[in-house]
Amino acid sequence: MSIFVDKETKVVVQGITGREGQFHTRHCIAYGTQVVAGVTPGKDGQKMDDVPVFNTVHDAVDATGANCSLIFVPPAFAADAIMEAADTGLDLVVVITEGIPVLDMMKVKNYLNDKHTRMIGPNCPGIIAPGQTKIGIMPGPIHKAGGPIGVVSRSGTLTYEVVHQLTLQGIGQTTCVGIGGDPICGTNFIDCLEAFEKDLETKGVVIVGEIGGTAEEEASEFITANMTIPVVGFISGLTAPPGRRMGHAGAIISGGSGTAQAKIEAMKTHGVHVCEDLGTLGEMCAQVFI
Amino acid sequence: MKIHEYQSKELFKKYNIPIPEGGVAFSSDEAVTVAEKLGGYPVVLKAQIHAGGRGKGGGVKLAKSAEETKNVAQEIIGMNLVTHQTGAEGRLVKKILVEQGLNIEKELYLSIISDRVSAKIVVMASEAGGMDIEEVAAKTPQKIIKVFINPLLGIQAYHCRRVAFGLNLSPQLMKPFVAMLKNLYQLFVEYDCSLVEINPLVLTAEETVIALDAKINFDDNALFRHKDLLEYRDLDEENPLEIEASKFNLNYINLDGNVGNMVNGAGLAMATMDLIKLAGAEPANFLDVGGGASAEMVENGFRIILGDENVKAILINIFGGILRCDVLAEGVIKAAQKTGIKVPVVVRMEGTNVEEGRNILSKSGLNLITATDLKDAAKKVAKLVGE
Repeated sequence: MSIFVDKETKVVVQGITGREGQFHTRHCIAYGTQVVAGVTPGKDGQKMDDVPVFNTVHDAVDATGANCSLIFVPPAFAADAIMEAADTGLDLVVVITEGIPVLDMMKVKNYLNDKHTRMIGPNCPGIIAPGQTKIGIMPGPIHKAGGPIGVVSRSGTLTYEVVHQLTLQGIGQTTCVGIGGDPICGTNFIDCLEAFEKDLETKGVVIVGEIGGTAEEEASEFITANMTIPVVGFISGLTAPPGRRMGHAGAIISGGSGTAQAKIEAMKTHGVHVCEDLGTLGEMCAQVFI
Repeated sequence: MKIHEYQSKELFKKYNIPIPEGGVAFSSDEAVTVAEKLGGYPVVLKAQIHAGGRGKGGGVKLAKSAEETKNVAQEIIGMNLVTHQTGAEGRLVKKILVEQGLNIEKELYLSIISDRVSAKIVVMASEAGGMDIEEVAAKTPQKIIKVFINPLLGIQAYHCRRVAFGLNLSPQLMKPFVAMLKNLYQLFVEYDCSLVEINPLVLTAEETVIALDAKINFDDNALFRHKDLLEYRDLDEENPLEIEASKFNLNYINLDGNVGNMVNGAGLAMATMDLIKLAGAEPANFLDVGGGASAEMVENGFRIILGDENVKAILINIFGGILRCDVLAEGVIKAAQKTGIKVPVVVRMEGTNVEEGRNILSKSGLNLITATDLKDAAKKVAKLVGE
């Protein structure tokens, strides 16, 4: 089984007619994802390849029964797009957009509190259930279907590196979730860990964190208290200087908190198998999981 | 983005947040001119750099006369100010803020920040003002008042009351303090700040409340809707290579080591820096060329890495996803032809179109060292600089 998405998930792409929206929609469809609709205000009635385009998410859902949105809308308009999707009652909103103002995301996060919609991202590669559906921008072919491992990560290409090493070891993935590199994100490590723990096919999890915030520390405590399947952890940013934003808006060591050392210590204390050399992560996973 | 204290105080003025009378000066003569207009001595001279701890480093001084103002200003302008936030190399002071002296009765702490865990805006206040607030938080957390505000709701009267009563303000000061706090919150949200900090906020003998210091950081992601802030950017406070990189939308941070590196994606870039260190060398930079890097971006990235004369070798680590390996390989070749790379380059790539990419590089005739995987790449580049 996969978490949050599967081959039945019906996707509406917000921002489908933009350059990135078009490009990635085609790759998702080629992977087998059910992209049933697109939304670009003012372009109702047009088509992107064979996908019908609507003015609003409401119209798209009414006409196609979509239950998940994939968002490529530019930063200035992204918060509005997310709230529109949630207002429609979609189960899942995957936000790829990078560079959304923090204050906008704080409002969105509070707005979502009494909605049932799950948000993944923003500033993330999306979610993939290998062999079933790809709702995001990750390269499909590096993944291996059939499980038994789940992957959850704050990063993009670093996740591809991790997945690639797993696949080379012959270890497949049930689902890989990129939760995003921003300080405010919808779905966090714990949400994914909880879902992986409940999933019968997932026999272990790789968690990929980085400097900034305390999400890895909180995840570590959750792992001790609630997880029966083994967890391998990796943290990037040991050499990152304090006070500098390392690309991701959320990746910053400030006021002495958010260091890689503290996160690695927390993981070790709570029984996570910590990999300290990315070059050997695949081998380590083979030892822990097989 | 960070701005100077005197710039923060300009914004405070715009939002009716009381500040001391004063002005910025770029020379000792200007400092005297500003001081003479303030209506009496003593005056305070404060070095304007983007770092805290200026007082301890000798960048904040009192002057009791015009002559002393000139002497002290001469001392501070042009000094290399070292504080716990500047690093050992310090920061050259080019301007000072000259302000009236105040009759300080009490020093408070007040700040507004965005909290990533709760997704709320947090007002923090303390009677233990003037001190390092992180130290106060660590040793006596009960001395800090924290009020969480839902950004959808905004600041309410009860939020202000909790802060004001918590600070044990006298009845006369309640009203002006609450008005100031509301204005500060308005400034925070209207300008997309990530931090507004007043340390100290002073209560004077004349029963007024005045922001003696002012620090504002802005959310870089929101700068697109605050064009008026761009004139506050001070290039003197930034690394020249980082300024150059920002022109090409490259995410570059200059560091102390000698292994330059170019990576796609921030997480993988950090992990690559860590690998270089683990192999026994030191990274010279952080450089994320992004997911959709063009040949031009790769070329500029190279030029900027080589602009750092400490760089003795370069490691390129690309995981092709959206950015295809063959496109990257062509970018590397163009960069090598145009810039003339004089240091050894180790290339490790994986992912989309990796075979085509490797072919292009091997046929290029360039002296590139290819690595089979990450471990191999780090080992090879560390060996190069170790020799």
